[in-house]
Amino acid sequence: MQDRRFGFATRAIHAGTPPDPVTGSRVMPLYQTAAYVFGSTEQAAELFQLRSYGHIYSRISNPTVAAFEERMASLEGGLGAVAFSSGLAAQLGVVLALAQNGDHLVCSQNIYGGTVTQFTVLLKRLGIATTFVPADDHAAIAAAIKPQTKLLFAETIGNPGGTVADLDALSSIAHAAGIPLVVDNTFASPYLCRPMEHGADIVTHSATKFISGHGTVIGGVVIESGTFPWDGGRFPLLSQPSPGYHDKVFTETFGEYAFLMRLRAEVLRDVGAQMAPMDAWLLLLGLETLPIRMDGHVRNARAIAEFLSKRPEVEWVSYPGFAAHPQHALAQKYLPRGAGSIFTFGIRGGREAGRAFIDALELWSHLANVGDMKSLVIHPASTTHSQLGDDEMRKAGVAPESIRLSVGLEDVEDLTWDLDNALKAAVPAPETTPA
Amino acid sequence: MILGTPAARHALLERSKTVAMVGASANPLRPSYTVFSYLRTQGRFEVTPINPTIASIDGVPAYPSLAAYAAERGAPDIVDVFRRPSEVLDLTREAIAAGAKAIWFQYGVINQEAIELADRAGLDVVVDRCIKVESARFNGGLATNGLNSGLISSRRRT
Repeated sequence: MQDRRFGFATRAIHAGTPPDPVTGSRVMPLYQTAAYVFGSTEQAAELFQLRSYGHIYSRISNPTVAAFEERMASLEGGLGAVAFSSGLAAQLGVVLALAQNGDHLVCSQNIYGGTVTQFTVLLKRLGIATTFVPADDHAAIAAAIKPQTKLLFAETIGNPGGTVADLDALSSIAHAAGIPLVVDNTFASPYLCRPMEHGADIVTHSATKFISGHGTVIGGVVIESGTFPWDGGRFPLLSQPSPGYHDKVFTETFGEYAFLMRLRAEVLRDVGAQMAPMDAWLLLLGLETLPIRMDGHVRNARAIAEFLSKRPEVEWVSYPGFAAHPQHALAQKYLPRGAGSIFTFGIRGGREAGRAFIDALELWSHLANVGDMKSLVIHPASTTHSQLGDDEMRKAGVAPESIRLSVGLEDVEDLTWDLDNALKAAVPAPETTPA
Repeated sequence: MILGTPAARHALLERSKTVAMVGASANPLRPSYTVFSYLRTQGRFEVTPINPTIASIDGVPAYPSLAAYAAERGAPDIVDVFRRPSEVLDLTREAIAAGAKAIWFQYGVINQEAIELADRAGLDVVVDRCIKVESARFNGGLATNGLNSGLISSRRRT
């Protein structure tokens, strides 16, 4: 072997998938199996005691899923990864690996509505409290961290408001307080931003979005850097004997791998939210085209944002690629290749005009997803963020007239043709006064 | 030489056969036991505990010192060290005296004086790494757990 730091596109195509040693298959085989035959009772015991590497049962690990995990770890620059059945399951896994009853989290308020609900309703019932603070109010974030706080959570590009997190600042605040920074990187993908290069310790994804790229799979993944000091005493789930695993002390036994090993061997094992092998196989295929898809997404998104900003039917366009966007400087710093392809705009005429606009579209798909090859549209106030009250919704950056676009890879002329027709149908032309 | 790259560590593991593990414990909860058991059951290395307080681990006789090991078994290819950093300087002298070709300091076993001493004596030196993890990186073990091996290749391996 040679020492070489391979480029992003090479790793998107190759990482985790050398040729199959048994058959020579160049594509990662789909290991569609629930369990794995042991070589001997001694080998079985070694596997169960986590003393040797290998597969036991596909709830804990599977070769096809492992290939996807390794590729994601490579692309994000992490030590390793653990895949989950969805993005929400992945972030729940992170919380359960670090926090228990009585603990506390600090979370950006500029995030996906489903995460807000998971933290404020589900985690609260489990005795884990969350304080939400604006992602750009660094003093408030630092002030919200308590002795029981186990992590700081933010999204690279907030859903749907487009708030870009100042990752260098957030990681400094978190590390000064002795806690990890957890960043959901779904809207950027590792092609546009790698949060670990800015101090993030853990990265999560809904793999359903750009990683799949084709809207075929529900999946999630957690990547960890391996550089956070878990053994300082603040994380007893990692640094104290674990009754769930033969009283093993994960930090002593696994060193830098402690978090990833506990996430898999205890959390994934006990929660059972594993990724299906077929889904991992599709995600591996999706990742091969991630760089070329993302280049196309950001190019089309800019063209659509510019088109909308010139339309009289449009009140505002919140696209971090525009100089007027409040986080434009942060977008230039953290997303130099482009500010993603998901953004919102406000239509004249508020909620009713928004509905008429969506109903008049022909090519754009009205659905609750993002990051697809196909262009997608939704009205967050009545759908993705409808569990939130008006105040929470405004905090998350959602106005009643907001329409969220996920710009796909169709011909821009076809996308603007459709938008033009729908804008005209939804907003009556202003009456012209006779001269 | 201090081996700072994956390729250098891979080459060391490829050319080595005998591992004398200083501080190997018979307690299954200790990390050193996990590493010992992994190397033994993999069958790739002849791994021997060096520990004056135990007679054997899983049927493998222990030697009280590196000198005792070398007198019977010859120079070890790798001396693998599970000891407090403050205790490894003398141990490094013993490893050099035993003719060890390489010394491997496990996670957290960092003693700059010992590292420089071993380096100057011509030993290959690995610092703050786990020999189990590095073996697994190159034999495919890490990849089974979704860990980033850092390896990219389109050659078929058997």
